Amino acid sequence: MTIRIAEGDIAERTRAIVADLRSLEGSLLPILHEVQEEFGYVPQEALPVIAQELNLSRAEVHGVVTFYHDYRDHPAGRHVLKLCRAEACQSMGGDALAERVKALLGIDFHQTMLDGSVTLEPVYCLGLCACAPAAMLDGEVYGRIDDAMAAELVAEARR
Amino acid sequence: MTIRIYVPRDAAALALGAETVAKAIANEIAARGLDAEIVRNGSRGMFWLEPLVEVELAGKRIGYGPVKARDVPALFEAGMMNGGEHPLCLGEVEDLPFLKEQTRLTFARCGITDPLSLKDYEAHGGLAGLRHAVSMAPADVVKEVTDSGLRGRGGAGFPTGIKWKTVLDAIGDRKYIVCNADEGDSGTFADRMIMEGDPFVLIEGMAISGLATGATKGFVYTRSEYPHAIAAMTEAVGIARQAGILGPSVLGSGRAFDIEVRTGAGAYVCGEETALLNSLEGKRGIVRAKPPLPAHKGLFGCPTVINNVISLASVPVIMEKGAAFYRDFGMGRSRGTIPLQIAGNVRYGGLYETAFGLSLGDIVDRIGGGTATGRPVKAVQVGGPLGAYFPRALFDTPFDYESFAAKDGLIGHAGIVVFDDTADMLKQARFAMEFCAIESCGKCTPCRIGSTRGVETADKIAHGIEPEKNRVLLADLCNTMKFGSLCALGGFTPYPVLSAMTHFPEDFSPAPLVEAAE
Repeated sequence: MTIRIAEGDIAERTRAIVADLRSLEGSLLPILHEVQEEFGYVPQEALPVIAQELNLSRAEVHGVVTFYHDYRDHPAGRHVLKLCRAEACQSMGGDALAERVKALLGIDFHQTMLDGSVTLEPVYCLGLCACAPAAMLDGEVYGRIDDAMAAELVAEARR
Repeated sequence: MTIRIYVPRDAAALALGAETVAKAIANEIAARGLDAEIVRNGSRGMFWLEPLVEVELAGKRIGYGPVKARDVPALFEAGMMNGGEHPLCLGEVEDLPFLKEQTRLTFARCGITDPLSLKDYEAHGGLAGLRHAVSMAPADVVKEVTDSGLRGRGGAGFPTGIKWKTVLDAIGDRKYIVCNADEGDSGTFADRMIMEGDPFVLIEGMAISGLATGATKGFVYTRSEYPHAIAAMTEAVGIARQAGILGPSVLGSGRAFDIEVRTGAGAYVCGEETALLNSLEGKRGIVRAKPPLPAHKGLFGCPTVINNVISLASVPVIMEKGAAFYRDFGMGRSRGTIPLQIAGNVRYGGLYETAFGLSLGDIVDRIGGGTATGRPVKAVQVGGPLGAYFPRALFDTPFDYESFAAKDGLIGHAGIVVFDDTADMLKQARFAMEFCAIESCGKCTPCRIGSTRGVETADKIAHGIEPEKNRVLLADLCNTMKFGSLCALGGFTPYPVLSAMTHFPEDFSPAPLVEAAE
């Protein structure tokens, strides 16, 4: 279920975040991280507020948000499963693992399951290259993932 | 006496179940009413043995690994608390050949101490370098670092001392130290291990850098993919500030230096130093043209030292033991030690710190023990996604900056990814282009457009469409990217592509396209 957040509410909560962090040097990224933490994504409605508070143009804020892979423009599923797609994981069957997980979830990368349970994302290196293939589920890391563990991870994510 | 049991908190150990192992051990201690405490150390860097549990007995540490939570009751039954025999028992950890043959200078404490215990840190030689630096004139600190021969461990290999001297001599009301902890290269995890396993050494290195150049503020810019490193660094900075190592008067010197930990947002290109500076300023991570050098006009236009984690973390030992001590390790113009990261399809994967100069074959076959799958090694990618693929024929190459450059490769951040004979080098070449296309900042055309055209051309070769013509085209495109790109992303993507084409031509000659039946 999508929870609708009132526009005024977004503006107010964004303004509070900016007030907290604006004293940092180069505060835009920390602010965007915090906005995403607060809402689960970076709502369009937050951008003009940030722009106004930091004395930037709306285009500048938009440019920054869209440059970085981490910032979402809509909410993710309840769980986010990130599979490493980089070379070290490729050398240990990362591509086959990705196909298996996609088949188990029935979705492709950058997609969310219809019931809103899982979003599947690629990630390029988790620094777990000596225990590949690796994945991250909601901030928890997993290494040396075999078929059985992939099935467990998917089951865990779908709960 | 309370017995100390070590269970790593390193992300790789956690990925292999260290958290449940620690819980199981805590349960056994409680159930048996034992006098023992669990210390969450960093990793020793032997990932095939993780989670590696160590029990400290009479100053010796007996290892057990790889331990699963379900092994824990049996380990206690076998008398693990007294170093009892068990199939998982490894004997004294320091005596394991993988550790014993290393020269651990930068990673001296990693895996041994509690990463967040300042007492542990000092008991193992920590802060000696900073104390020494505090008593010296800034120019003398810079000279010491220059004389040590330390070069940038991020990959470019620029002499660290010369960079510092430029910033020391630059005029500015404000100077910065920026630690590049945006370790995005596949096959590398040394920065992560130091931040999680010995964060104080990085803090000490940055503080020395600050004193040496007159910078008062430092930033550690790390990746959102490293939540455990961010947490450890942030906590360690807080502890260091409390203890007066950071703050208005570093160790009572009257000179100020403080550190802030910042998190990136999933852009690989921000590992490039000028893109990183833009990102820190709150902008898009777009590469800047050089000059001006960051040492003259860096963060917010101020003189800035920007160094990799390992470069900065190597400074305390240099200041503690002297430039000559450090310089005596290594070969040619590559002085000191390098933390090799042996990864991918390899039997004994992990972190191996050693003096420069080992041959690639020695590293892969002897230390790494060949592939994990037991199949023959086909190729080794050295230096991350922008590094060249080396065939067995080049395994005699010594590991140093110049030797790798002479073989059209680079050591980069010293990540080594091993592939077995099932690897398809055309696919790997295509991936290099694809990765460049995904991560390009878009500022310069060769990188932005070239990478996408590269993917298309590789696909044509794979489909047998005019393969000869397209191989020439791909090589030509690589030439354009190599010499026409603004930074190393577009400029070095040709390394994996061209090395794959040169050393594995058979993979670029797929079966001719079969004509569809009429």
